[in-house]
Amino acid sequence: MRDTATVEPMLDIRNITLRFGGVVAIRDISFDIRQGEIRAIIGPNGAGKSSMLNVINGFYHPQEGEIWFRGKRRGPMRPHEIARQGLARTFQNIALFKGMTTLDNIMTGRMTRMRSSMLEQALWWGRAEREENAHREKVERIIDFLEIQSIRKTPVGRLPYGLQKRVELGRALAAEPELLLLDEPMAGMNVEEKEDMSRFILDVNDEFGTTIALIEHDMGVVMDISDRVVVLDYGRKIGDGTPDEVRNNPDVIDAYLGVSHD
Amino acid sequence: MTTAAHAGDGPDTLAKLLAHNAAVHGDRPAYREKEFGIWQTDTWAGSAEKVRALGLGLLATGLRRHAHVAIIGSNRPDLYRAMVAVQCAGGIPVPLYQDAVAEEMAYVLGHCGAELAIVEDQEQVDKLLSISDQTPALQGILYLDPRGLRKYDHSRLRAFHEVEELGRQHAAEHAAVLDAIISGTTGRDTCVMLYTSGTTGKPKGVVLSHDNIIRTARASAEFDHLGPRDSVLAYLPMAWVGDFIFSMGQAYCTGFCVCCPESAETMQADMREIGPSYFFAPPRFFEGLLTSVTIRMEDAGALKKRLFRHYMAVARRVGPALLDGRPVSLADRLRYRLGALLVYEPLKNALGLSRVRVGYTAGEAIGPEIFDFYRALGINLKQLYGQTEASVFITQQPDGEVHADTVGVPSPGVELRIGENGEVYYRSPGTFVEYYHNPQSTADTKDAHGWVATGDAGFIEPETGHLRIIDRAKDVGKMAEGSLFAPKYVENKLKFFPDILEAVVFGNGRAECTAFLNIDLGAVGNWAERNNIAYASYQELAGHPRVLETLAAHVAEVNRSLAADPMLSACQVHRFLVLHKELDADDGELTRTRKVRRRIIEERYAVLIEGLYSGAHRVFVETAVTYEDGRQGTISATLEIREAKTFPVASPGRAAA
Repeated sequence: MRDTATVEPMLDIRNITLRFGGVVAIRDISFDIRQGEIRAIIGPNGAGKSSMLNVINGFYHPQEGEIWFRGKRRGPMRPHEIARQGLARTFQNIALFKGMTTLDNIMTGRMTRMRSSMLEQALWWGRAEREENAHREKVERIIDFLEIQSIRKTPVGRLPYGLQKRVELGRALAAEPELLLLDEPMAGMNVEEKEDMSRFILDVNDEFGTTIALIEHDMGVVMDISDRVVVLDYGRKIGDGTPDEVRNNPDVIDAYLGVSHD
Repeated sequence: MTTAAHAGDGPDTLAKLLAHNAAVHGDRPAYREKEFGIWQTDTWAGSAEKVRALGLGLLATGLRRHAHVAIIGSNRPDLYRAMVAVQCAGGIPVPLYQDAVAEEMAYVLGHCGAELAIVEDQEQVDKLLSISDQTPALQGILYLDPRGLRKYDHSRLRAFHEVEELGRQHAAEHAAVLDAIISGTTGRDTCVMLYTSGTTGKPKGVVLSHDNIIRTARASAEFDHLGPRDSVLAYLPMAWVGDFIFSMGQAYCTGFCVCCPESAETMQADMREIGPSYFFAPPRFFEGLLTSVTIRMEDAGALKKRLFRHYMAVARRVGPALLDGRPVSLADRLRYRLGALLVYEPLKNALGLSRVRVGYTAGEAIGPEIFDFYRALGINLKQLYGQTEASVFITQQPDGEVHADTVGVPSPGVELRIGENGEVYYRSPGTFVEYYHNPQSTADTKDAHGWVATGDAGFIEPETGHLRIIDRAKDVGKMAEGSLFAPKYVENKLKFFPDILEAVVFGNGRAECTAFLNIDLGAVGNWAERNNIAYASYQELAGHPRVLETLAAHVAEVNRSLAADPMLSACQVHRFLVLHKELDADDGELTRTRKVRRRIIEERYAVLIEGLYSGAHRVFVETAVTYEDGRQGTISATLEIREAKTFPVASPGRAAA
């Protein structure tokens, strides 16, 4: 197994409970994400995976529990404030600007890092020009990294699904996040696309040292690329550990695979 | 063999040429490479410094003299420079096809006993590591792109740029040795070893000397007046002799600039940006380009369509004559000018062919319509005939003497002879030294007087003095009743239809000819879309009744033209089928340069051939396939066999009916 995980947790989730009216989406869940690891959150449909991700990136505010980020307790924040803290995410249903090119879409990922004013950018003069050139260089490195040079100028709406997913990953990477949240990065992909995406996720983790938390349905992929896995079922945590530990956990087998013991 | 062994005048090795270029036009661009979306330029002086640094680095890492060094990757300036650096350090570069699967590489690496491999990226490193038990001689791997390799065991791995840096740091210790090797190497020494793709049997290592490369490159560059202001796009495999002659030999002899595209997929866009003045592509490329132009014109508005049709008709009538310098009336000249303004120049610009002064195609026959299309646009597209053993050039077409069905006159310094069986023989300064570790094959191919058998059958046209190639000598056979059987000739005629990607014709020793066809997914798919024909897979489209009808019409058309040629009229295709998968180099059915491997196809599809001759209407087949990642699988299909219309042999009046 890979030995990336150092001891210090980057993100610590303590006793989170999230309710929507009377429905309890997440019930008293705690786990942590360590610096430099690939952490998977898995579970059957409706287990609360996406809600958990939305809690982490600040879109939902849990009624109970605490989130500690880099040793500090995080108060209620708006998503863009959290983005500034070094979190970026991709979405289960691709959320790109379909009419814009790959390049422009990834450039939007640099928005949080742009300092020049709207007026300066409109005039494209001085600081704005220098800034754009610097950002463009970063974006080009990401394009090179994800091997999407050939679609640099193609409107995203014209691209096949697998490539759109890759562009979305590119946009998230453009923000140079410390923690990258991936919501079902392989959903709807064929085997070859899944293999490509797995390789990119591992490479991102390797090359940029980005900590990655991902939600995924595909057990095979998760077990291959994750360092640690947390398993949810009906809003509860039923397993947490290395892929091997999780794979052999009887509760997980019951809940997730629906296999009965004999 | 009494011919002078030295490269005429001037430097006699690539390393000396590099030093010469750095001194004479040091500030001119030697390489351009698109990286991170921007073309980065490196000058001759800059390249010379990098080659020296890497050469010193290789010495510092202990490269042995005459060691073989494998070069594996797509066209990158660093890899081109690495080949010269290896020579400077006393080694012999052996470029390999980068898309070859690991087992193929294992054979070549084992055969030449490569001690070091310089590779592009993780993909190639993975391949080499997976065959390390079969390549005990391979002690080190240098990689260009570190991505994904961070956590690999670095006991044998090393970063390319780290070795360059090592060379710079330890320059003082190794400079004397490096200089001694450079000045001690002469034209007689080995420049490069290239493995032939081998339509038959295992690949053979063709040893080419500096003299071979430099004398050929120099003569051919003079033939086409190439100079330091020219530029080429290097996109064909580095392991192919043509790329070595164009991007190394001619570039070093003339000092022109070699441009490397960003990736294989962006090649077209990169070509538009660079606008090369000297361009080489296989017929397949020009076919593909024309197909895409035709498809896009079909989708264009009515006005554009009419403009295009009208002016292309003018171009076809006037363009080739203008190129060849034949007399053209003033009215036609003016029409052509107007056409150039409205259609030809914008189209050439879109294709990236605006600045092409000299364009070559070779490797396969090119369809006359395709050839004429480009020449009509005013692009000086010519044909050449060559092979690895000749350092490419055997014959080529001079400016103004271009015909679609010949391959030109002997290149400067080449002697040509036609054997009794019709086989073409040549002798030239570019003739290879030997096949590495294979004296038997060397003796079989090259006789004591230096004449080399090409393996192709052909004849010299009496009226023009140009060589015309009919087929592979060993493929030319006899039909049962004794007339000539030339499968490739027929296959080429079939492949001139955009719908047909690949064709394999059978009939040696039989009463009738039959054929396998591969559809071109681009062309046929577009046609299907236009005609509301739904299909889910290649296989389904290939088996669609209307597709089969169209192809039957194409085959009948070919038969009609064959019937008009008394020599080849027996080669008419009586029955054919459309294969359920594309012939693929990964399955060993094509060579890496995409030539059909007849014998392997005959073995793999014996059941289909039997079906073609048994009179069956349907035949079931199951085939093993290799996926891109090397995994194996099988696909099965029931294929329909169609009859094609044939024509009675040639009294011309009836054949046209």
